[in-house]
Amino acid sequence: MSENNQLTETIERYLNGEMTKAERAQFEELRIKDADVNTKVAEHKHFTNLIKQYGERLELEQRLDAIHDEIDVQALEDEMMIHPSWIIRTWRNHHSKISVAASIAIFAALCTLFFTGYLSNKQVNYGQLVGEIGKLKTGQHNLQNTINSLSPQHPTVTNPGNFRGTGFAISSNGYIITDNHVIRNADSVYVQAADGKSYRTKVIYTEPANDIAILEITDPSFKPLAALPYTFKKAETDLGETVFTIGYPKDNIVLGAGFLTSSTGFKGDTTQYQISALLDYGHSGGPLLDSKGNVIGIVNGKQTRIEGAAFAVKTSYLLKAIKDIPADSLNKPLNTTGKNILAGLARPQQIEKLENYVFMVRVYSNQ
Amino acid sequence: MSKELNSGVPTDSEVILGILNNSESVLKRLYIAYFPMILQLVINNNGDSDDAKDIYQEAIIVLYNKVKTGDFELSSKLKTYIYSICRRLWLKRLTQMNRYGGDIKDFQEYLTVDDETEKNNERDIQFNKMGNALQLLGEPCKTIIEDFYINNRSMQEICENFGYTNADNAKTQKYKCLQRLKKLFFQQK
Repeated sequence: MSENNQLTETIERYLNGEMTKAERAQFEELRIKDADVNTKVAEHKHFTNLIKQYGERLELEQRLDAIHDEIDVQALEDEMMIHPSWIIRTWRNHHSKISVAASIAIFAALCTLFFTGYLSNKQVNYGQLVGEIGKLKTGQHNLQNTINSLSPQHPTVTNPGNFRGTGFAISSNGYIITDNHVIRNADSVYVQAADGKSYRTKVIYTEPANDIAILEITDPSFKPLAALPYTFKKAETDLGETVFTIGYPKDNIVLGAGFLTSSTGFKGDTTQYQISALLDYGHSGGPLLDSKGNVIGIVNGKQTRIEGAAFAVKTSYLLKAIKDIPADSLNKPLNTTGKNILAGLARPQQIEKLENYVFMVRVYSNQ
Repeated sequence: MSKELNSGVPTDSEVILGILNNSESVLKRLYIAYFPMILQLVINNNGDSDDAKDIYQEAIIVLYNKVKTGDFELSSKLKTYIYSICRRLWLKRLTQMNRYGGDIKDFQEYLTVDDETEKNNERDIQFNKMGNALQLLGEPCKTIIEDFYINNRSMQEICENFGYTNADNAKTQKYKCLQRLKKLFFQQK
């Protein structure tokens, strides 16, 4: 080890030129003779040079850093940055906000389509309606009403100038109940009985909040019906009850049957029942009956996009609406009492008896 | 008048002479003169000001070493030369970071430079190794080596700084340190 050190020291002295002439000559002779010593000299020289250069590099870097620190980089940066056009800048600065706004816009557009029933496949069957500006207007109006009253209503298939729904008698002398959304904006309302006879009616009372409207047949040709074959059930009906309705989604009567599936309606609306029945738009306003022939509600709407979820306003709201009719609107006494002759009958017989009390409501408007 | 000349952009021959003479002011003027150009290049091509600083200093070091070793031939304007080196370095860096979109915005004319940055890279690796080895060496060896081989202090001074009783002891210590440094240096891959 110490021998090694001595050699290193000698090499260092040789490289630094600290040797005397005689020593130097002697060492150079040794270098020529001993190749080992010679490579050691070269190695040592190379390595110490590397250390030195490393030191110089460090120092240079420090100097450059010191100079760099004097430059106002931030100001330069602002000056040197190419400023893109304002559109790109706006996008860069606000792209998150713009994205959110765009998503909301898309969402709102989809909601509009959803609520106007545009996304519903049913629409396809009514090709004649598509593309009419009037329909779009009505659709938007529907949506607005939904928002305003916060009471969900399903969109009716509407033909500007010709709406259709269902209604049923609440007394034998010509009072008929239907959905408010069926006769809304009507100029004139006609009801058509199962035998095809059409009668002119007058809207005597509406309750938009519960979507109920009451019509009176004013046509002189109308002959009073026999006593109502059904009664109105005031109490809430239990889940699972078999229910059915009849109505006029097309020109002749159509049965819709199912179960009562929930005691609340669309989005938890407590004024309604939810029923599982395949109903069409024209069923709106039809009576919802239980298996014993009690009227338990009035068909109101259905959830688009979900098969077999329909809604009906509960009878208690129906009776309340009847009670709320101002006395001076009534030309004749309104007597809702009927005699239930449906209980115990099979479904076909029940429908046969009911038929004469369920009307197609035709609405004419200039809108 | 002279002050203004002094603080402005140095001429190319001024720079060469200044580097050879270790002139601090020329180095500073050189640095300040061309930094904005490189900053512009980098920040408009996916980089930030720190990236600009890194590659600019690397380029200055390349130039500095070339001038010092005497193999620098100015075949174009110094400005173009520096820009070309930085452009090359930045492209390489962008590719390494996978940020290169295949398109670079240029602000100056440039030459194709290639081998010089490679050579510098080799040297950088050696220096990195040396730095690591010195770090691993620890005190007091590190300071002794630095003082003797880098700062050119005499053994006498080192002896006093570290409180060795005589220069021979210090010498022995220094050789031991050098031995270990060599070992550490060559151990690294």
